[in-house]
Amino acid sequence: MNFNPALIVPELFQFFLILALFLLSVLNGKGPRAEKWVPLLAAVGIVVAVASFNAHGMMFADVYKIDGLSQFFKVVIAVCFFVTTLNASRQPTLAEDRRADYYLFLALSTWGLMLLSSTTELFSIYLALELSSYSLYTLISLRAKDKRAAEAGIKYIVFGAVATALSLYGLSYVLAGQHTTYIAELAAKSWKFADAPMAVVGLTLFLVGMFYKLALFPFHFWCPELYQGASNETATFAATLPKLGAVVILVRLSTLLTPGLEITTILAWLGAISMTFGNLCALAQKDVKRMLGFSSVAHAGYIMVGLVAGTAEGMAAAAFYALAYVAMNLLAFWVVSRVASDGRNLELDDLNGLYKRAPALALSLGVGAIALVGLPPTVGFIGKLFLITAAWNHGYNWLVVTLAVNSAFAIYYYLSLIRHAYTEETVPEGRSAPDTSAFSLVGAGILSAVVLVLGIMPSPVFEFAIAAGRGLFK
Amino acid sequence: MPIGDWVGKRNGVTALDFAYPVLSSLIFFPLLAAAGLFFIRGESIVRKYTLIASLIEVVLALPLTAYQFNADFQFIERLSWVPQWGLEYHLAVDGISILMVWLTLFTLPLCVLCSWTGIGKRIKEFHICLLFMTAACIGVFTSMDLVLFYVFWEAMLIPMYLLIAVWGGDERKYASIKFFLYTLAGSTLLLVAIVAFRIAGGTFSIPDLMQQTFSFRFQCLCFLAMALAFAIKVPMFPFHTWLPAAHVQAPAAGSVILAAILLKMGTYGFLRFCLPLTPAASEYFAPMMIAISIASILYGGAVALGQSDIKKLVAYSSVGHMGFVTLGIFLFNQRGVEGALFQMLNHGVVTGGLFMMIGTVYERSHTRDISKNMGLGKYMPAYMFFWGLFSLASLGFPGTNGFVGEILVFIGAFKHSLLVGLLLVPGALLGTAYMFRVSLKMAWGQPSAAKDWKDLCPREWVFLLGPAVMVFYIGLAPGVFFQMITPSVEKLLAQYDSGRVATRTVETTQTLAHVPTTGLGNAKN
Repeated sequence: MNFNPALIVPELFQFFLILALFLLSVLNGKGPRAEKWVPLLAAVGIVVAVASFNAHGMMFADVYKIDGLSQFFKVVIAVCFFVTTLNASRQPTLAEDRRADYYLFLALSTWGLMLLSSTTELFSIYLALELSSYSLYTLISLRAKDKRAAEAGIKYIVFGAVATALSLYGLSYVLAGQHTTYIAELAAKSWKFADAPMAVVGLTLFLVGMFYKLALFPFHFWCPELYQGASNETATFAATLPKLGAVVILVRLSTLLTPGLEITTILAWLGAISMTFGNLCALAQKDVKRMLGFSSVAHAGYIMVGLVAGTAEGMAAAAFYALAYVAMNLLAFWVVSRVASDGRNLELDDLNGLYKRAPALALSLGVGAIALVGLPPTVGFIGKLFLITAAWNHGYNWLVVTLAVNSAFAIYYYLSLIRHAYTEETVPEGRSAPDTSAFSLVGAGILSAVVLVLGIMPSPVFEFAIAAGRGLFK
Repeated sequence: MPIGDWVGKRNGVTALDFAYPVLSSLIFFPLLAAAGLFFIRGESIVRKYTLIASLIEVVLALPLTAYQFNADFQFIERLSWVPQWGLEYHLAVDGISILMVWLTLFTLPLCVLCSWTGIGKRIKEFHICLLFMTAACIGVFTSMDLVLFYVFWEAMLIPMYLLIAVWGGDERKYASIKFFLYTLAGSTLLLVAIVAFRIAGGTFSIPDLMQQTFSFRFQCLCFLAMALAFAIKVPMFPFHTWLPAAHVQAPAAGSVILAAILLKMGTYGFLRFCLPLTPAASEYFAPMMIAISIASILYGGAVALGQSDIKKLVAYSSVGHMGFVTLGIFLFNQRGVEGALFQMLNHGVVTGGLFMMIGTVYERSHTRDISKNMGLGKYMPAYMFFWGLFSLASLGFPGTNGFVGEILVFIGAFKHSLLVGLLLVPGALLGTAYMFRVSLKMAWGQPSAAKDWKDLCPREWVFLLGPAVMVFYIGLAPGVFFQMITPSVEKLLAQYDSGRVATRTVETTQTLAHVPTTGLGNAKN
């Protein structure tokens, strides 16, 4: 048992945050108000994660690996956690006495994802995944007395349970076929269907759990429902952090997925269908969050492009795109949460004339939409460019072309965000005014700046991603 | 490896030193000015501020007058951008792009002036869009890195979309989305081609890629991917349908930018990418491109003849004129390509001028219908003088700039083959027919609606005199422009010739050696 607490400071920090929140929730509203200090502690969490960025080592019988990839993702997760707690601090649809519980589950789910980014063994991956999922099941339904939230919560649990069961079932096949569950040892085995049919079927089923988290077609049904049903703030969390967890595991597992294997081809096909299907479905949406839900399905497909390349550059591109995806969605959801200042679901028409009512939010929404399409000079474009460059000539050129052409499908519905915000003048009656406090505008400004700066100068951040990718392919 | 080459060097020879990086400042100064606009209030102050900024932009470009009349890339700035993928911030101009840069620079102040009274709402945002457009356009014409080029190429979509969608006519939403969808859909495959070049050639740098030879199949696929993007932008028949919609709905300044600069990006793309990078494919597809060009010329002219809306007429005439440009390019002879470059410049000057004139008369009549803008000659003589001048230039009357471009393309076409040359004749006749038809009605048509309209005001004189001077200058003394263009065209055609031969050699040796063509991947020779 090689235990070295110095390596897992970010996890420990998050764990003590959870303990404190647990105490607070037991105190039943008598303690300090959670929304005041959790964001502050989350900010400290970023510092802690950055401080332990260069940690390296193995723990817990080598199931827990601290390397470039895990530390890169832990920093991204910490930053996301900070933004989502900040975003949730003004949640209008959450009862006062539930705030501590809300933050408790938020922190627990994040903790599960932090653990997930370091696990390198299938059983521990499964456990970490469940830890992050179970907390999320509860979070979704915490939206005043909204029936849609309950519906979304149940849908997420039921679908999630099926996916988890498949995943566990697949795990048993992998164990039976390859006699190990360590990724490092699995990577040395053959994954041709002819050599190890049982293990290949098993791994495919195991991946279903990740696909479910990532909302990849055909495991995407929960995604638009959840975004629509959950409160804007919870949707912000569900749209961003769990995706990171899924990507980090897929990146780790992709050391098994050399191009040309049956399982890699399945991944490529699912990616292609997912991006096309997601974009086409999003075209018809009127509810902004539902539209963003289908856009998530499409983006899950984009990430597959990097994974099937089977190179360090491909992994780095996928990791970078996950980061890009999170940045763009945090920005879009931030604006959605602020415009719907009473916590309602936002229709496209609610955005009408936003340029006049809240120019800064409208501009930020524009930046977010341009980034989501993948237009320069945003991180969405540069991430897509990296994906395409990494994947070209690794056997899946048709997938790359599909990715490129999908921008043309996607433009219409993202453009409708800009269209409503900038060119429609008739503002619907009886809706609450957007939140134009300094908190709202500064947050939107910083997130837009991140999306633009990462798009114009991606190399410092990408350097970490490529180092992490090379670490996997040594 | 940062290659700090900030001073204006010509291929290693330090000929001219400047205190500042000229091309970068031309790109970033408008952005800076746009950022400054956020803090300015008051309508007329915003207009004056942008006008001054656009004049400063022209002043900043003055070092460009030191352009050397040879075929080298000049004013090179080359810095590492994303070293992991070999992306560079690489700017330069040569004879193919320098005139387009000047055209862009002079279009901005004219746009500000011609929308002085025409644009009444959201003035600040309007001028921000204009400044962004200028920055992106200069970027497109000066980028020497494929990705940087693509960044600017796509970056100009959003401001142009907003120019049409916010300040446009009644059908502006339809027109703006059509414009956006068409151009974006076309350029998606351009990105794939760019990445394919990077993987096959190992670099994103355009001058470096020009030195390499790619396999024929690779060239064909890349040519088609790029040609689709450029053909939509030009626009060539049958991808032209977005253009009339966008032109008619856009405000005057938007139409001017669209006609004068945006359309040139497509033909510039053909010259910069298709000919040097995929020479064998260009040769292979040339008959198709020539056929489409002639179809554009005849179709554009014929449809323009039947229009009752002045703006739509000029929009369709653009399709025809740009057909001359693409035709000239794919003739692959000196006169043809020179003519194409001249035609690009002329079309920018003349059609830009015509759209400003349409905006001017629209402010008086509030309609673009020809039958409601008749009989202006008696009441607005100055206006009709300029209109007559620009229409004569548009149809290629000797002494005007239009003549220089058209005659060169004609010479090139007859050199190429008699058939192509003969097919151009009805195209030129159609140009005369539709321009005369509309001009006669506007000058002498009855009933005249212009009794109470005022003739040109000093501001209108200013922005019409600029293009008018250029009409005569290029028409009567094109020498200096030839000096700029000719060396680069010679180099381009030499590159095209040697590249085409090299491709053939590679293909033959591969066949003889029984080495299978290894597809896209190993196209690098």
